[in-house]
Amino acid sequence: MTEPLLQAVNLQCERDKRILFRELSFSILPGTVTRVEGPNGSGKTTLLRILAGLNDAWTGNINWCGAPVASQRETFLRNILYIGHRPGIKSLLTPTENLRALMAGRRPVSDIALRRALQGTGLAGYEDVPCCNLSAGQQRRVALARLLIADEPLWLLDEVFTAIDAEGVSALETLLHQRAVEGGAVLVTTHHNLELPGMQKLILGAGDAINEH
Amino acid sequence: MNTEAPPEVRLARNRVGVLAAMKGVFARDIKLAFRQRQDLLNPLLFFVMVVTLFPLGVSPEISFLSEAGAGILWVAALLSVLLSLDHLFRHDFDDGTLEQLVLQPQPLFLLILAKTVAHWMLTGLPLVLLTPVLGVMVHLDGNSIGVLCLTLLIGTPVLSLIGAIGAALTLGLRSAGVLLSLLVIPLYIPVLIFGTGTVAAASDGAAVGAYMALMGAFLMLALTLAPFAAAAALRISLSNG
Amino acid sequence: MWQFFHKLGSPKWFFGISTRFAPWFLTGGMLLLVTGAVWGLAFAPTDYLQGDSYRIIFIHVPTAMLAQSVYIMMASAGVVTLVWRMKLADVFVKAVAPVGLVITFLALFTGAVWGKPTWGTWWIWDARLTSMLILLFLYGGVIALDRAINDEKSAARAVAVLTLVGVVNIPIIKYSVEWWNTLHQPATFKLTEKPSMPAEMWVPLLLSVLGLYLIFGWLACVRMQTEILCREQRSRWVKEFVTTGRV
Repeated sequence: MTEPLLQAVNLQCERDKRILFRELSFSILPGTVTRVEGPNGSGKTTLLRILAGLNDAWTGNINWCGAPVASQRETFLRNILYIGHRPGIKSLLTPTENLRALMAGRRPVSDIALRRALQGTGLAGYEDVPCCNLSAGQQRRVALARLLIADEPLWLLDEVFTAIDAEGVSALETLLHQRAVEGGAVLVTTHHNLELPGMQKLILGAGDAINEH
Repeated sequence: MNTEAPPEVRLARNRVGVLAAMKGVFARDIKLAFRQRQDLLNPLLFFVMVVTLFPLGVSPEISFLSEAGAGILWVAALLSVLLSLDHLFRHDFDDGTLEQLVLQPQPLFLLILAKTVAHWMLTGLPLVLLTPVLGVMVHLDGNSIGVLCLTLLIGTPVLSLIGAIGAALTLGLRSAGVLLSLLVIPLYIPVLIFGTGTVAAASDGAAVGAYMALMGAFLMLALTLAPFAAAAALRISLSNG
Repeated sequence: MWQFFHKLGSPKWFFGISTRFAPWFLTGGMLLLVTGAVWGLAFAPTDYLQGDSYRIIFIHVPTAMLAQSVYIMMASAGVVTLVWRMKLADVFVKAVAPVGLVITFLALFTGAVWGKPTWGTWWIWDARLTSMLILLFLYGGVIALDRAINDEKSAARAVAVLTLVGVVNIPIIKYSVEWWNTLHQPATFKLTEKPSMPAEMWVPLLLSVLGLYLIFGWLACVRMQTEILCREQRSRWVKEFVTTGRV
């Protein structure tokens, strides 16, 4: 039995007088891809934001490698990679500069590695074009290029398949699967019909109203 | 899949120091500002225009202007810093880079400090550099202009630091700009009082060392406390979004 | 101990206990305030310098003191909100902020009314009045921020941060305004009470101060009860309370 990377115990989240989920417990083992499923408004994005530490309106426990996240915040942050609805791309910077800025606080990356990552996501020739001149799909690809040079073992990906073409989608699916085989773990939300071998599912309910305390 | 040996997990180690990370944030903000030069110019133009309103609106007489000039320049500088504060986190919030900043494995308050320093270099510092010209236009004497520039040099970083708290608190709210001003202006009052008071003392021929020291104390206090408050506020605002 | 602390944070418990205590606050407060006011206005000796106009201190001083205390109470509750996430603390802040604003306004208003016979004008940029005006701005900011954030919890925590920043600034503001005042008006007549106030003056003053604090306590309780009912409207005990009138 491998030790889980991330462990959520009895998570409860309440928003606008509605319980999004309660008594939610799960473990993320290394080498797994987990798809978070549920209807709109069931708290998929919120769950990912809670796990990343961006949302703190919740109760329960989240452990990283067996110890509470709060006690090892910086180690934890260094080991997760979160890509949200808003991909974190500056439209005034070029893809290379964007990627460099995103990596700046994490680890030094060589120029060659950056360019190779951008080429790997099909952005060859656009490396030095300001992102405001790129299409929405291309901008998302800039954010996804991070995945090619990421050394973080846990990825939290919120709707990463949005605005990506069919070819890109299949490349991304392969990448996620590859990541799991290498020992990483991926938690992903998507409306696209993602099926990977060995993929796990985490199903959130529609969220019920609070009736009592 | 269960029959295979469990894959080995390689945890990532933090190989970027806090200073390097702060430098990264700072450099990115400076670079962004120079990509959008008009945004750099706007607070300066606003500063000049507000100052221009006083001779037109009150009196162009030398006696009035030399008396009120330091106060006018201080208030105008304060307002232009206020005007620029909305941009401090707004763009980063809209495109998601703020989330990524919060997720950086360094203490958030230091990263915010780096951002605030960049903000000051791009707004406060140019205002200080422009002050001598406007000082001459409102008939301040040379000594007063010198002291005024010094007080602005110490005072504008305080404005940026306190403003960062307000900007973080109002992030993502409707009519954030007006609200930001409401929250921040009362907190600016001590800096304004001491900034203009120091110039008044200087033009009376009094020694200003003690006043400067007090303003320095304000700066130190703001430097040590404001980034913490701004970091806490930022987390709250992001949690809401 | 911890259980008590936990209980203290429970809105239901507070609701139950405060419905019993609040009326006592009101009666006690009214009694003290009326005694203090009647004594101060009718029986206390006339001031040899200001004549009868000084008598407004029996209203002005209590409101001015309360205006500052309420802000400090809010900041303390803010610490509780941020550190222990106690629900009752942010109910308190939300409930009393408008009260603080009104009290501050009253302090300003009575100050202005006092200023008319004393200085011959309604408003003077006196150090005390100016700090009071800035305090009014601070209250305004707190209320505006609270109203602007939709999410209850975020609003509570944002307001907590703001009140804490404000409370650090209050002494600095007070000090700098006093300094500014001496710089510009070296010889104004100050509103401060003379240190050697005869007992016939300070005893009624003390009574009115205590009375106003008690009335504030009552007002805070009632407003907190309303806020609790709004927030917990879906819970079972509130439904029972609404139908049976019992907690």
